[in-house]
Amino acid sequence: MSNLLKNIIRFSLFILFQVFVLDKIPPLHRFIVPYLYFLFILWLPFKISRGGLSLMGFLFGLTLDFFTKSPGLHAAACTLIAYVRPFIISLLMPKEAYEISYAEPSITSMGLMPYTVYVLILTVLHHIYLIFLEYLEIGDFLFFLGKVFATTGISLLLIIITEILFPRKSRYRTNVA
Amino acid sequence: MRNIFLFIARFSNLFFFLLLQAAALTMLFRYNKFHEAAYMNVANEATGKVFLRYNSVETYFSLKKENEKLREQNAQLLNLLKNDFSAPDSSRQLITDTIRIDSIEQYRKFLFLPAKVIGNTVDEQNNYLTLHRGYNQGVNVNMAVVGPEGIIGKVINVSPNMSVVMSLLHRKNSVVALLKKGSGFGEVIWDGKDPRFVTLTKIPRTIKISKGDTVVTSPYSDIFPAGQTVGYVEEVAEEKSTSVYSLKVRTATNFYSIQHAYIVKNLQKSEMDSLLVKVKKD
Repeated sequence: MSNLLKNIIRFSLFILFQVFVLDKIPPLHRFIVPYLYFLFILWLPFKISRGGLSLMGFLFGLTLDFFTKSPGLHAAACTLIAYVRPFIISLLMPKEAYEISYAEPSITSMGLMPYTVYVLILTVLHHIYLIFLEYLEIGDFLFFLGKVFATTGISLLLIIITEILFPRKSRYRTNVA
Repeated sequence: MRNIFLFIARFSNLFFFLLLQAAALTMLFRYNKFHEAAYMNVANEATGKVFLRYNSVETYFSLKKENEKLREQNAQLLNLLKNDFSAPDSSRQLITDTIRIDSIEQYRKFLFLPAKVIGNTVDEQNNYLTLHRGYNQGVNVNMAVVGPEGIIGKVINVSPNMSVVMSLLHRKNSVVALLKKGSGFGEVIWDGKDPRFVTLTKIPRTIKISKGDTVVTSPYSDIFPAGQTVGYVEEVAEEKSTSVYSLKVRTATNFYSIQHAYIVKNLQKSEMDSLLVKVKKD
């Protein structure tokens, strides 16, 4: 399957799963909102240019916004993590090692520890920014902190489950492929 | 000049990122204006179609509960029928007016249009519902939406076949309400925390309030019909510093499982509005 087609399918699946499964879960606590959709951006291939990555994040967030009727909220957060992503990757990985050999960030391509740090930083960043934008309206600092912690925990849990359920076979790329 | 271009070219990614951020934040903070923008209408029509597909499956899971709700409402309405009341004294007789002119029609104020709820959120800060009924079916902006159990919200955006409702669970929402057993006008707002509870503010402390009191819509509202249930008082918070109560109210409508709603059309609204405009002009 080509990369483009794979990502188009992922795009729609992540949106649909967020809107029709995760958003339908009755809230356990007011701090907990299960977010998983942004994993799409974390999984995008290495090879996309930085401008393209930002644009992708914007469009992806905006698509979710049309479903939740909050234009701009998720788009802003997704654009941020899409923009920051290349910096984190270049910090964590030596330049030549991954880009030539593998298509996209995963445990096999980056190694368990760097990948965990990569996911953790971007998840926290996404949630802080998203909940900060909500916080501007509410203005309750305890709510902000609590929600960032709880939501990050839930998201990480969901990401771990997703990684276990859908192990991505990131093949070592050869000249033939 | 050349240096400027070089500068822009060097930081093009950053500028592009800032541009996208600005676009997103503008959309977010000027949301109310964007409601009227045409592309939001188009997006509603598109997402509405997806919601509709999903809903056609989802409905089956709550059929039993939904039936019970509707049966209860039916019983309530049946109890209002004229046949149920008889005069205790035979010297009086109930006579039905047989005059051919439909005298009810011209005084009718509210018309209830049934609508299917196809989209609903509860865990955002600003929650919206999508209804499968738009301006082709007679829906306009600012109409009230009520459910079998209580009020739900009001219409804020309409496309040909769908409409978007600002739910009671919206930070900009405010409904004038009062306690059913006594007076005291207040305002129902949502603090954005728990989707099961809203807050009723501005109720003077002179009124005695106990847990479980019913909160209903006010007769002064030109959007909501009078006496629609908003919710039930859950907790009376004593605020010593002010002379008003702030009541925690459990919403009558269970926002997690709304399947059917009625859009309420106020047939006298245009007349009232024109009158108000006239008064303001003078």
